[in-house]
Amino acid sequence: MSTIATSSAASMPHEHAHEEHHENNTVFGFWLYLMTDCLLFASFFATYAVLFMNTAGGVSGKDIFELNFVAVETAALLLSSITFGFAMICAHRQNKSGALAWLAVTWALGACFIGMEVYEFHHLIEHGNGPQQSAFLTAFFSLVGLHGLHVTAGLIWMTIMFIEVTRRGLGEQTVTRLSCLSLFWHFLDIVWICVFTVVYLMGAM
Amino acid sequence: MALHDAKLASNTDGHASSTHNSDDAHDDVKSYIIGFILSVVLTAIPFTLVMNGDLSKVTTIWSVVTLGLVQIWVHLKYFLHLNFVTEEGRANTFSFLFSALIIFMVVGLSVWIIYESNAMMMY
Amino acid sequence: MSLLGKLSIEAVPYHEPIIMVTLAVVAVVGVVIAMLITKHKQWGTLWCDWITSVDHKRLGIMYIVLAMIMLLRGFADAIMMRTQLAMATNGAPGYLPPEHYDQIFTAHGVIMIIFMAMPFMIGLMNIILPLQIGARDVAFPFLNNLSFWLTAGGAILVNVSLGLGEFAKTGWVAYPPLAGLEFSPGVGVDYYIWALQISGLGTLLTAVNFLVTVFKMRAPGMKLMQMPIFTWTCTWANILIAASFPILTAVLAMLTLDRYMDFHFFTNEAGGNSMMYINLFWAWGHPEVYILVLPAFGIFSEVISTFTAKRLFGYKSMVYASGAIAILGFIVWLHHFFTMGSSANVNAFFGIMTMVIAVPTGVKLFNWLFTMYRGRLILSVPVLWTLGFMVTFTIGGMTGVLLAIPGADYVLHNSLFLIAHFHNTIIGGAVFGYLAGFAFWFPKAMGFKLDEKTGKAAFWCWQIGFLLAFMPLYVLGFLGMTRRLNHTDNPDWNIWLYIAAFGAFVIAIGIFFQLLQLFVSFKNKEKLNDTTGDPWNGHTLEWSTASPPQFYNFAKIPHIKDIDAWTDMKERGESYQRPEKYTPIHMPKNTSAGVFMSMSFTLMGFALIWHIWWLAVVGLVAGIGVFIKRCYTSDVDYYVQVDEVERVEATHLSANTVGGRS
Repeated sequence: MSTIATSSAASMPHEHAHEEHHENNTVFGFWLYLMTDCLLFASFFATYAVLFMNTAGGVSGKDIFELNFVAVETAALLLSSITFGFAMICAHRQNKSGALAWLAVTWALGACFIGMEVYEFHHLIEHGNGPQQSAFLTAFFSLVGLHGLHVTAGLIWMTIMFIEVTRRGLGEQTVTRLSCLSLFWHFLDIVWICVFTVVYLMGAM
Repeated sequence: MALHDAKLASNTDGHASSTHNSDDAHDDVKSYIIGFILSVVLTAIPFTLVMNGDLSKVTTIWSVVTLGLVQIWVHLKYFLHLNFVTEEGRANTFSFLFSALIIFMVVGLSVWIIYESNAMMMY
Repeated sequence: MSLLGKLSIEAVPYHEPIIMVTLAVVAVVGVVIAMLITKHKQWGTLWCDWITSVDHKRLGIMYIVLAMIMLLRGFADAIMMRTQLAMATNGAPGYLPPEHYDQIFTAHGVIMIIFMAMPFMIGLMNIILPLQIGARDVAFPFLNNLSFWLTAGGAILVNVSLGLGEFAKTGWVAYPPLAGLEFSPGVGVDYYIWALQISGLGTLLTAVNFLVTVFKMRAPGMKLMQMPIFTWTCTWANILIAASFPILTAVLAMLTLDRYMDFHFFTNEAGGNSMMYINLFWAWGHPEVYILVLPAFGIFSEVISTFTAKRLFGYKSMVYASGAIAILGFIVWLHHFFTMGSSANVNAFFGIMTMVIAVPTGVKLFNWLFTMYRGRLILSVPVLWTLGFMVTFTIGGMTGVLLAIPGADYVLHNSLFLIAHFHNTIIGGAVFGYLAGFAFWFPKAMGFKLDEKTGKAAFWCWQIGFLLAFMPLYVLGFLGMTRRLNHTDNPDWNIWLYIAAFGAFVIAIGIFFQLLQLFVSFKNKEKLNDTTGDPWNGHTLEWSTASPPQFYNFAKIPHIKDIDAWTDMKERGESYQRPEKYTPIHMPKNTSAGVFMSMSFTLMGFALIWHIWWLAVVGLVAGIGVFIKRCYTSDVDYYVQVDEVERVEATHLSANTVGGRS
């Protein structure tokens, strides 16, 4: 494979239509990847559903779930969803400072969520209710922890995007990447709906 | 997000972001606000139902699950902009529906299999 | 906490002569190959044109090379097992002690399914699918390169286990509690886990890549119901991969947590449920076999229609039947564990669903027969494989329907009858299909045909060898012999074991003929040259390109009007037309990011296996770091200028038109 003259992609006339086509492919491809992530979570949900009654003589959901605490976590995550939405609106309007501001708020709310979750896990482990105690606790820590890991990954990605937007502004590639992150973030909120419904609310009854 | 991308795809003359006019922006803000309010309501109700414990267990479970499913739909429509109208929306929606079908089958059948085998062991 | 975790010189199995000899041979072969590459000064070419390539055609060839190497390893395992069983009759111990034998049958399964069949299928799909839809590459060329190297990384881990440590002894399905920490405390199951997780990620990315490619990058005018049938079956397979591989990721992650962090998903104590492993594993495992066989069905369709010079009969029903098989394939998985002890209702439901799958499969078989009817079938090598498939796979399918009856399965589960059934369908269906596709598309990928004589000899050895090796196993199943036995003590079984061993050797001769075929074909490549790019008078767009294709595939993307787009173009007189003008072509640049990322993650996997925690972190961080660096690299593409396109096209057109002008 040889190249005669290397022209940078930006200088070619019909590049815009091609680039848009390419960016749309990226977002669609990311959406398909998210569908596979749904199935990953579904497997952990199914496992939780068959293991949650196996408390091995230890605590059950009723004993350890604090719904007030979870309600605050839920509020933080839900709020972060619309603040990201506002960040995307700013991004599409080429409003760099607006986008950065809303991204920062989203990040703070997400960090709040993770902080609370880490606190909850730490509290449980301290009191001898860690994942090694029973199948129920294994399944609980794994399912909720998997979601938390995803949110953490999202926060790391968000940090990188914050730096990218600051340094490079809101070019097409950056906005595409933000779109992917936005899909990711909303999807994580949807998974959380399933988590608080199946794990916390049904567990506390 | 899908709606934006559809608009980008259909426009061949300008830079991507310049196609985004103020009408779309207002629709978007509206979309997020409506979605947010609905989500808050759809979250508050199940939490209250469970925390108060007024209804029977079975009724509470059904309510909580139904409200959760409705809230998922709210998120898909108002935050993820899934629709059957634009090309992008259709592609995303169909792939989501297909995944949902697979999830329903795999999770449903898995739970059935293990519950039945537990019953066989008098568990 | 030692710097090298559990790793020490004791990990080398130096008191196992068979392994040490194998390692020595591999080392010598490796050195010889390295010396040859150095002698011909090809390291640069290897790196620049192959290892860092993002070209789907090159990646496809590398996938197939990987598959063939792993075929040799997996087949060596098979010969060893057949030999052992033929020798260890009447209570004799044979030459392979159980601890070794158990690793061999485990490795045989893992290698043949994950590192031979999958890469072979993905390799063929890589080379051909973008060409068939009139695209210049896949949607995400970098991810494509990454996917290949992730698969290779998994293969590397499996092979390293031979020389350092051990492989799993659990069977290729690795059920806990046997695969849990208590009963498999060594590194074997960990090699298994990380090899599958790393290569599994590569496979998942491939599926997403090709789905976006098919849905978004078809040539203008090509509606979904006008795509070539091979593209359609690959698309269904990719949908299956996307839907099923996450389940494998999840269940292996759960096993990992049990083994590494003392969790209780599948343990006997503290409420774990090992049956959930079996359930989730097969929820992936059954779709996996349809992932393997659907593209093979597509290949048969292409081969039959090309070599009878007829349009495929019932194209629409073929697409729908493939879709039905794909979706039904998701609600049958319990038939792998009827005997696990769920209720009669559960067994009945899954038994019926399993039998239902035979229906769309039958539809396809009839469509192939109707395609051949009143056609003039040329008995080329691809057609021989196809005819062999029709007979062989039908037998396998029928025994499958037999096993689908829970009552019958209670007798036959995990007997050699089962082993015979699945080898019947996988070899007769998937492997024969890939070998047909290999013979069919080899000229396209390489520029010259394969030698026919050795090809036919290979086929007959495989076909006869297969029957000799596996029909006796059906008998042995009925006679009560179970799978994974190291030695036997039933004189009634002996004759069948001897015949089966003989059959394995006949297949070995078939493989020898295939290697000979490659050697002879390369030697005679001038004589076997494919000058036109269309040696079989093909129907679909890949045959419109040169052999091997121009690196950018199409100078001008064709406008599609009908199924069998290339036949349509030829009939309209639109083939080999020089367009009014050429435009610069946007192409992606090669990259080292894929191979570096994969090797980092493979190193991470190796470190996790041996509990070298600091190295695992290094591997993970390095891999992510390479990815982030790649995200911020802007020099990732270039334009092929018009004069180069002119030159490349001129060669191809002049070979196909009088005087180079049409």
